[in-house]
Amino acid sequence: MVNTLMLIALILFSFTIVIAVYRIIRGPSKPDRVIALDMIGVNLLASIAVVSCLLETKAFMEVILILGILSFIGTIAFSKYIERGVIVERRHNR
Amino acid sequence: MVSVLLLFAPVAAALFVPMLARRVKAVHTGWFVLAVPLLLFIYYLGYLPSVSDGRTHIAELPWIPSYGISFVSYIDGLSLLFSLLITGIGSLVVLYSIFYLDKTKERLGNFYVYLLMFMTAMLGVVQSDNVISLYLFWELTSISSFLLIGYWYTRDRSRYGALKSMMITVFGGLMMLGGFILLYLMGGTFSIRELIGMAPELVQHPLFTWALVLVLLGAFTKSAQFPFYIWLPDAMEAPTPVSAYLHSATMVKAGLYLVARFTPIFAASELWVWMVTSIGVLTLFWGSFFAVKQTDLKGILAFSTVSQLGLIMSLLGAAAGAFHAEGAAGTIFKFAGFAAIFHLFNHAAFKGSLFMIAGIVDHETGTRDIRKLGGLMALMPVSFTIALIGSLSMAGLPPFGGFLSKELFLTGMLSLRQLDLFAPASWGTILLVAAWIASVFTFIYSLYFVLRTFTGKHKPDELPKQAHEAPAGMLIAPGILAVIVIAVFFIPNVIGKWIVKPAVAAVQPFLFDSPAAVDVHVAAWHGGLTPELTMTIGVVLVGLLLFWLLPKWQGLYGLAPEALSLNKLYDASMYLAEGGANRLSRTYMGGLIRNYLIYMFTGIVIIILGSLVAKDAFAISFEGLSPVGPAEIGLILVLIAAATTTLIARKRLTAIISLGAVGYTVALLFVVFKAPDLALTQLAIETVSVALFLLAFYHLPKMSRHDEKRKFRIGNAIVAGAVGLMMSLLAMSSVSQRALPSISEFYKETVHSEAGGGNIVNVILVDYRGFDTLFEIAVLSIAAIGIIGMIRLRLTRKEDGHEKQ
Repeated sequence: MVNTLMLIALILFSFTIVIAVYRIIRGPSKPDRVIALDMIGVNLLASIAVVSCLLETKAFMEVILILGILSFIGTIAFSKYIERGVIVERRHNR
Repeated sequence: MVSVLLLFAPVAAALFVPMLARRVKAVHTGWFVLAVPLLLFIYYLGYLPSVSDGRTHIAELPWIPSYGISFVSYIDGLSLLFSLLITGIGSLVVLYSIFYLDKTKERLGNFYVYLLMFMTAMLGVVQSDNVISLYLFWELTSISSFLLIGYWYTRDRSRYGALKSMMITVFGGLMMLGGFILLYLMGGTFSIRELIGMAPELVQHPLFTWALVLVLLGAFTKSAQFPFYIWLPDAMEAPTPVSAYLHSATMVKAGLYLVARFTPIFAASELWVWMVTSIGVLTLFWGSFFAVKQTDLKGILAFSTVSQLGLIMSLLGAAAGAFHAEGAAGTIFKFAGFAAIFHLFNHAAFKGSLFMIAGIVDHETGTRDIRKLGGLMALMPVSFTIALIGSLSMAGLPPFGGFLSKELFLTGMLSLRQLDLFAPASWGTILLVAAWIASVFTFIYSLYFVLRTFTGKHKPDELPKQAHEAPAGMLIAPGILAVIVIAVFFIPNVIGKWIVKPAVAAVQPFLFDSPAAVDVHVAAWHGGLTPELTMTIGVVLVGLLLFWLLPKWQGLYGLAPEALSLNKLYDASMYLAEGGANRLSRTYMGGLIRNYLIYMFTGIVIIILGSLVAKDAFAISFEGLSPVGPAEIGLILVLIAAATTTLIARKRLTAIISLGAVGYTVALLFVVFKAPDLALTQLAIETVSVALFLLAFYHLPKMSRHDEKRKFRIGNAIVAGAVGLMMSLLAMSSVSQRALPSISEFYKETVHSEAGGGNIVNVILVDYRGFDTLFEIAVLSIAAIGIIGMIRLRLTRKEDGHEKQ
């Protein structure tokens, strides 16, 4: 029963990812794509959690954590890039 | 042992020559060098009595004993004759060069070092019994000849001549080496004497013909036979002592030596007789015909050398024919061997003196152009006398040595008709006629050489220098040779007994047991009108007539198109080799990485698919495969979609992002396939590399940031499809036929008990196979240092404000 629920969740997550991928491909502007990417990251994170429940292992907890951090950093970096044109700014006073 | 070491005496002496040339300025370096060949000559003279009794001397110095390679000094009649020529004429040439080369203007050190090197090389060639050391010395003659021809290296013609002779003789040398190796494969020994001993078995061997042709190629190129003679006229750019020594008396006879030395091995083959004789006669005819065309004194002599070498070569072929002839014909053929050796000796004498005379004329008048010369008889009487003696001997007139050898030559050619080896029976007659016509031309160019230079009208205003007689020292060497030329006529049988007969016995061991068995008696007058004498009289009469009419028909030479000459052929082939190779490599080395990748991928596909097909290694079985779940299918679909997007993306940014999507999907696959460590690393690395891609994208120059879709190329698509297909087939085949079980059971069992860890991946990385990890750390460090280096170290600093910080 629980397994079936989790499989359904997994399929729904995948469906969301597919939608997001469509947005990445079609997305007319850069922010569309970045948001879609962030969405994929979150969905990936959730699906990994579901998969690790399905596999009954705690081995993927680090993956979830890392993915959360990376997804955040990535989105921030993209946003900064879109806004400023650079990611790591040089020091001004030197 | 001493005689082996003496082979190296000249080259050892050469070590001291530069020092002498630099320190002792007062004395011409040549005087010191003169001692070397002179002492060697006297040493070799000491062998004459025992060798003429039929004894041989051998001394061996091991070089590479494990392969049976050694330096050998084997002295029999043939090698002694050559050794005497090399050292004897070598002494005279050194003496001549002392007066020819100026002490202050020329780099004498170089000259004598090259010359002594050559002397060692030549002695080594003629005395080696081991084919490998023979080849070593053979190439050393090519190299030292190259250096000597290019002695005046600031002149274009010298460098051209040196290169040409090098190309041709080294080509022949390499062919010869191939022949020697084949002989070794057949006989199992490098020793010539042992090969001669097993000659009857060698003839049966399938490689025999190949060895024969290759050895002959070596001999023909070195001895300037048709069509390889073309380097010799260009080698005339060398200083005249070199031309006299190398390109008339010694080096060009190395090929004759080779043919003579290998005659006992190859004579059993009809091809050998046929090729040596025919090429010899062709060269004889061709060389004599074109000698009359030349206007340069040394050019005439070069072509005459070619022609005379052809004469000796044809006689050596006839001498090999003695193996096939029986009875009365065989006794006639023994004249051929005798004639070859006898003329070889004669030619060395008169051609050496003629070259020296050409050098004297050049030295004293400033030109070698026969059109500017004339009427020097009264000014240079001694030179004229010597030139006349040499020329008449070359033409084959009594009372000079050339007459006797010409008679013997005609005897040999006459006897060729009785040999039934030739496919058309009339071939022997054709050769005889060609030889006779060649003799007529020989007669013409001999007269042309001496009469155009020394008689006629003197043209003082055309000569660069005031002509006068050469210094006495310069005339000594050609004088001695002229005396020998005359002496040969009056005492031919003395020379025959001491020098020629032992050599003939070495060339035709199947005919004679010992030198004493060579029962050839040479006489100037055979009593009566023999066919040979008739032919000689014919030569003189026709020759005189044609020489008288020479201005009328010399224009004929202009008719032959220059573009069809062999020199043009050589130049064109050189040009083709260089330009063609250049063009060829330019076609595929276009510099486009795309093309190189296509070559590589196509090559890999062909090799792997080819070997799969050839080994019949296709195997696709679905046995033992895991079931595929919906998660895998979904992820694979995403992967395919992302990869396709990467390929067809219009903008680079899209491609980068979809590449990132591929990476993350792979990380997800790792999750599904239960590899947490991999997934973790993959995520981190993918993020970093996407960031790096974005960095690179950001720094693309504005101009080249085309955002258009990439062009579709059908070739690329085919190659990519083929690579994908190949890898899929390869993977499927290798999965389907796994021969051995995996060793991972061992890790599973021992990860806790042996290594004390729980994470099997990490334990493998740092414990079981920690070495790989170590060096991957090294790889990362190198990459990091490399990046720092590339960023920081800018040796070519651009004048760009953006780059500077």
